[in-house]
Amino acid sequence: MTDRVGIVIVSHSPDVARGTADMVRQMVGTDVPLAQCGGDPDGGLGTSVENIMTAIAEAWSEAGVAILVDLGGAETNSEMAVEMLPAEQRDKVVICNAPIVEGAVMAATESWGGATLSEVRSTAEELSAS
Amino acid sequence: MNEAQTSVLMVHKIGLHARPSVKLTKLAKGFTSKVELAVAAEGPWIDAKSIVKVMAAKAPQDTVLHFRASGDDAENAVRALADLVTRDFDEDREDASHG
Repeated sequence: MTDRVGIVIVSHSPDVARGTADMVRQMVGTDVPLAQCGGDPDGGLGTSVENIMTAIAEAWSEAGVAILVDLGGAETNSEMAVEMLPAEQRDKVVICNAPIVEGAVMAATESWGGATLSEVRSTAEELSAS
Repeated sequence: MNEAQTSVLMVHKIGLHARPSVKLTKLAKGFTSKVELAVAAEGPWIDAKSIVKVMAAKAPQDTVLHFRASGDDAENAVRALADLVTRDFDEDREDASHG
């Protein structure tokens, strides 16, 4: 079995991040590399570049990593986290333009089936278009 | 090229909602054949390996699901999918309201 694409969930809220990850694990299972982060380092609502980088490392797969975000800062901080990755990893990480919960479940299902990073991303993004 | 087709009544309480959709899609992805699903005999046929399309089908309880496949493992694919539906997605011991 080749590596499955990793999924990273980035929310402003630790509860949303945990809950979304729970849904993925319950619905799709634990065969897909999965990590989540939410909240700022002080425990409030927000996102942290450092925590996002840790989550990317946790879910790392040679097949790549797809990130699902909720609102504005989650996306910009995820972009920063991706930029700070070593060059050889950077090209294997994408941020999906998809609803965080639905996108995470769809992306994980696609990853489970052995899809490539771009297939995983387009499946998550197909949601918004439909 | 083998082709196979079957129909099965879905009695699941909630219908083809999120969790059954994921199970069905995961199962379909395990076959090399092209596998399709329809909620009416005349179609439209949708790709059973596409989680987005399967979930968008929103088939309610008592829908007759139609499966067809073409490829080397077509017969096994439609049988396995029909079995999953017949087994009520293996959710009989779970609370269907969860998903």
